[in-house]
Amino acid sequence: MSLPGRPPGEQIPLVDAARSAKGAPWIVNAALVSLRRDLLLAARRRSEVLTALFFFVVVVSLFPLAIGPEPALLRRIGPGALWVAALLATLLGLPRLFAADHADGTLEQMALSPQPFALQMAGKVAAHWLLCGLPLVLLAPLLGLQFGLDGDAQGVLMLSLLIGTPLLSLIGAIGAALTLGVRGGGVLLSLLVLPLYIPALVFGAGSVEAEAAGLGVRGHLSVLGAMLALAVFFAPWATTAAVRVALE
Amino acid sequence: MNPSAKAPWPCESLAAAGTRRSELTRIKRFRAPRQNDAVCHARRTPPSMFTATDLACSRGERRLFDRLNFTLGSGEWLHVKGENGCGKTTLLRTLIGLAPPDNGAIRWRGADIREHAEDYRRAFVYLGHQPGLKEDLTPLENLRLSLALDGFACNAATLLAALRRMGLQGREDLPVRHLSAGQKRRVLLARLLLRPAQLWLLDEPLNALDASAVALLGMLITDHLSAGGMAVLTSHQPLPLAPGREVVL
Amino acid sequence: MTMKPLNTFHFASPATFYPLAGRLQPLFALLALALAAAGLYVGFFVAPTDAQQGEGYRIIFVHVPTSWMAMFLYCVMAFWAAVGLVFNTRLASMMASAIAPTGAMFALLSLLTGSLWGKPMWGTWWVWDARLTSTLILLFLYLGFLALQAAVDDPRRADKAGAILALVGVVNVPIIYFSVKWWNTLHQGASVSITKSSSMAQTMLLAMLLMALAFWMYSIAVALARVRNIILEREAHTEWVQHAMA
Repeated sequence: MSLPGRPPGEQIPLVDAARSAKGAPWIVNAALVSLRRDLLLAARRRSEVLTALFFFVVVVSLFPLAIGPEPALLRRIGPGALWVAALLATLLGLPRLFAADHADGTLEQMALSPQPFALQMAGKVAAHWLLCGLPLVLLAPLLGLQFGLDGDAQGVLMLSLLIGTPLLSLIGAIGAALTLGVRGGGVLLSLLVLPLYIPALVFGAGSVEAEAAGLGVRGHLSVLGAMLALAVFFAPWATTAAVRVALE
Repeated sequence: MNPSAKAPWPCESLAAAGTRRSELTRIKRFRAPRQNDAVCHARRTPPSMFTATDLACSRGERRLFDRLNFTLGSGEWLHVKGENGCGKTTLLRTLIGLAPPDNGAIRWRGADIREHAEDYRRAFVYLGHQPGLKEDLTPLENLRLSLALDGFACNAATLLAALRRMGLQGREDLPVRHLSAGQKRRVLLARLLLRPAQLWLLDEPLNALDASAVALLGMLITDHLSAGGMAVLTSHQPLPLAPGREVVL
Repeated sequence: MTMKPLNTFHFASPATFYPLAGRLQPLFALLALALAAAGLYVGFFVAPTDAQQGEGYRIIFVHVPTSWMAMFLYCVMAFWAAVGLVFNTRLASMMASAIAPTGAMFALLSLLTGSLWGKPMWGTWWVWDARLTSTLILLFLYLGFLALQAAVDDPRRADKAGAILALVGVVNVPIIYFSVKWWNTLHQGASVSITKSSSMAQTMLLAMLLMALAFWMYSIAVALARVRNIILEREAHTEWVQHAMA
């Protein structure tokens, strides 16, 4: 269309209703755009990402301080303590998932986009995992040393966290969407989400304990993987429904 | 194409929707202009592309509006008027599909917007009260992202040209945080320019705009309408446009 | 409310359901009393003394039915919440909100009676057995639902948000139960099960069933009473309520 104040001949070329600029298939385009967007935003606010990591480190250090430095005891509680700390650190980052976008109106615009909203939400959750969950996975072995976990246990711990933290992000996103803009949101979010986290905790921490006890870990990790698969398919839909309810 | 001065008799869409009302009531409704009916001119309108039938909405316990009907064709715009808190924003949010109405249907090209949501969403752009911009990103990045989220690709030259036309020359690479409120609205106007849409729904678009920006917006909307587009606007202030249809809440 | 040809939605309007609930409620209350009396009689006087646990085991006639009811009511609540979400009716969501406090109460009661049983039997007030732990988690789910509904101001949004939470919860309840069972068997130290019973005499089973039915009738009666209150609160601006209250 011609612009005001310019001779009629001069036009601004309209945008092309093109497929993604990078040629990715249409179906995941929405998720990729959303993912890149959140990563870009996090890059502009690096301190927020780092505080969640520091929280993880601090909480892990609280357990030996509370229970005592006896090595055998620490080796027993190590996996559980690390898993609980990972849970709490993920919980800390959840309100930030939607709150900022909701406050400045961009979440609304995403809901009005012709692209599938569920995919956009999936992209956001993926970004949350990359920023909150993956660093925990990478940091866990270091903290596992504080508890005297041996190599095999460390490996299983990392693997269980690798499968478990996306699960935590997915379930947590539902809670974050439900408490969007609600009074007392952060604490309410914890109350809603922690009971739903318990299966992940049981199987995640249980896998490392099974490893320490010499039992097979495949059962635990398989169940964890199954829960993750279930969550990957159903959690974005629940999150989308909850966000739409919050936007009404 | 633009509606001429209002003629003093109800139009066909009112007749079609309000068959249960008697002729007398219709005339009575006109005499009391603060009713919920669309007052439009009697000239035969083109096949309607955007219609609302029997819309009703409440917020909590309060009924905001009831039996609201209007029709918009190519090149027409609707001015939603009313006092503060009477439901203008709620009406707009109902029209875009975010808030489900208590009753009634909204149709885009004959199809209910709930059933053909994707087509409808591709066809409109909405600017609400909230800025809709990320403060940490530059206007250029904001535009590119919001177009990408809507599924459109755009090259940098086009984005820059649009920003320049909106008077943001030299500020394209500044985080939006550093822009004034008026400049932030200008970024949104640039988005209006770039995003291909047949229907524009703008809630208080003149907020925070200075006189030149108001004139710019007026020209944008006029161009949009003359190219066959439609618009639904709420505004307290007088809009720099030829009069359109009106709905008073 | 649109009237479907079959009139299946006739009672979906709060205005028509209100008097119906008022008429049904005393009926269910009486049934509850009768069944409770029967159940308690059978439980206390007819059922034989347990070989291992003596007379103290009789609290099982309250403990087990309450945990059944807590689980059952969560599913019922999730069902009504789903109906409210899918059909966009107010009354179904009101029903779900009415059931929630009763369900939470049963979960709490189950934990308390479990505690009371545990102390004389096993010497501790709390045992981490599978049933008690899953009932604890179920109580958390109920509390989350109640807290969410209380925190959201707009009633329709509270209905829908609660419905989503209830549905997510109901999908998770079997997962949680399974995980807790696994966790319990893994950690042999606390595997003493409070509800592991050798063999149930017929009369014991009968008493438990009677009590379960009694609690069910009670829940219906209380839910009906509560939903009447919720209807009055939420529909306070309508004519029929103002007429009824006048």
